[in-house]
Amino acid sequence: MRTTQTSPAGTAEPLPQEVKAGLSGAGPGKGGRRGRGGVLNAFSHGVLVLWAFMVVMPLLWAVMTSFKDDNAIFSSPWSPPDRLHFENWSRAWSQAHMSDYFLNTVLVVAGSLAGTLLLGSMAAYVLARFDFPGNRFLYFLFIGGMSFPIMLALVPLFFVMNNIQLLNTVHGLILVYIAYSLPFTVFFLTAFFRTLPTSVAEAALIDGASHTRTFFQVMLPMAKPGLISVGIFNFLGQWNQYMLPTVLNTDPEHKVLSQGLVQLAVSQGYKGDWSGLFAGLVMAMLPVLAAYVVFQRQVVAGLTAGALK
Amino acid sequence: MQHGKYRFIAGFLAAPLGLYALFVVWPFVQSIYYSFTDWTGLSPDFSVVGLDNYARLWDDDVFWTSLRHSLLFALLLPVLTIGLALFFAFMINVGGRPRRGAAVSGVRGSSFYKVAYFFPQVLSIAIVALLFQFAYNPESGAINSGLRAIGLGGVQPLWLGDPDLALWCVMAVLVWSTVGFFVVLFSAGMASIPRDFYEAALLDGAGRITTFFRITLPLLRDTIQSGWVYMGILALGAESFAVVQIMTTGPGGPDYSTTVLVLYVYQSAFRDGAAAYATTIGVALLVVTLAFAAVVMRLGRRERLEY
Repeated sequence: MRTTQTSPAGTAEPLPQEVKAGLSGAGPGKGGRRGRGGVLNAFSHGVLVLWAFMVVMPLLWAVMTSFKDDNAIFSSPWSPPDRLHFENWSRAWSQAHMSDYFLNTVLVVAGSLAGTLLLGSMAAYVLARFDFPGNRFLYFLFIGGMSFPIMLALVPLFFVMNNIQLLNTVHGLILVYIAYSLPFTVFFLTAFFRTLPTSVAEAALIDGASHTRTFFQVMLPMAKPGLISVGIFNFLGQWNQYMLPTVLNTDPEHKVLSQGLVQLAVSQGYKGDWSGLFAGLVMAMLPVLAAYVVFQRQVVAGLTAGALK
Repeated sequence: MQHGKYRFIAGFLAAPLGLYALFVVWPFVQSIYYSFTDWTGLSPDFSVVGLDNYARLWDDDVFWTSLRHSLLFALLLPVLTIGLALFFAFMINVGGRPRRGAAVSGVRGSSFYKVAYFFPQVLSIAIVALLFQFAYNPESGAINSGLRAIGLGGVQPLWLGDPDLALWCVMAVLVWSTVGFFVVLFSAGMASIPRDFYEAALLDGAGRITTFFRITLPLLRDTIQSGWVYMGILALGAESFAVVQIMTTGPGGPDYSTTVLVLYVYQSAFRDGAAAYATTIGVALLVVTLAFAAVVMRLGRRERLEY
């Protein structure tokens, strides 16, 4: 497998050769490649290319399939469409209710994202910057929620929601999304508020601003980078949420995108409308992928900042 | 500074804490209580039955099957995902041939790989599961027709329909969808390792494999450990629920070959009308999750490295 250390030249005088290669940038020629372990290079490059292929292919395949008619999907899954069947897309959008699922998801995510950021930053600010009895307890109560299996709470939650008439409603789902996003959001933003300088807030207070006003006009603008990171994290999580709506939102009228797609798979499966289903899948897939490609730096920074802390 | 402090604190904490207590803490506490009752979830009447549910759990074959699968998910998925991701991240960031002015560099096209590998991470797990359900279709799915196209028409596994293969198919999908996240995570970790460490190793004649095991791996330990816990919790919870529930027949089939604890909680509560028993399985899931996190934390305990 490895050749770098076992090649005669390498064992005879490895040091100067490596350094020389490093300094002169021993080019892309075959000779340089062999000297630095050609087999390993070819192998690992191959694996990298293979994985890129495995990641991108299914997505391209789905896009291609969404433009084919049903016969072609089954008879020749890998061949390109005979023409672009745009009617699949319009059928999925209107008849298969993709437009409704989209609208529901946008409503739920917009509401819960705004709520999560507002309530999360309020709680985090108080926990990070004020001393009061029970501070530590509340902090651990919040972040404890990150590590326990949600499914355990979902069964009683279903009945709690049922009792207060929030089952199968958009606002009920928004409140639950906020509640389940709080542990990570509070955890992340508490750490963030602790890193912000205290002097600006103190100056504002001395100038006569109330605590509330200081928070909204001074601290919150300063916390913008943190809010963006945690906002991206929550956006992706809430947009892609599947388990919570599956349990708490069984009314077909209020289905969100991920449930709607699964519902679509079942019903279109009976009807045999596979092309419509693929159009629906791609419709749900492309906006997020496009947004990711445009904002990939922020997305990656937001997601990894969360996991690295 | 002190004026109205407590009123402010109470005002700011009331809404978030109220929501959190009502929708997360209270159901969580309730679920442990319900596990000692005979509540069906269908009628409001129930009585406390002590440890009956736990006794039933002990004799329940489906529970043990689900537990075995969940443990397999929690142990094997992080190994596969993190192993692959470490390899990719190392190649992308440090594995390239030396170039002018830099002792270590990524392979060519590393930024493309970083972006592309992350694609599945931004997709809903429901989309991913549906996509692969089609790919696995034995008749007309992309995988089997691909095999036919390259002359392997004789090899036509049933994939999700084969009880011996189904669980592996489901796991492969989770690996596929999460590797990219860890590639990016480890890349960020590797970028923070000082370059002189690599230069010194290179001067000492270390090859890439030695460099990886002696420098990169030890210095990334903390990141790998938190990634491990994160992946394990995903594999025990929401992600495995989505893929198994959407992709497999039954769901959980064929013949319970893919059922996992989290799916069994859902089915007991919302299909079988056994809400109390479902919370009992949920408590078992909680124990497994906490034990998993504790073991990983324990194994990873050591002096913190400063550099």
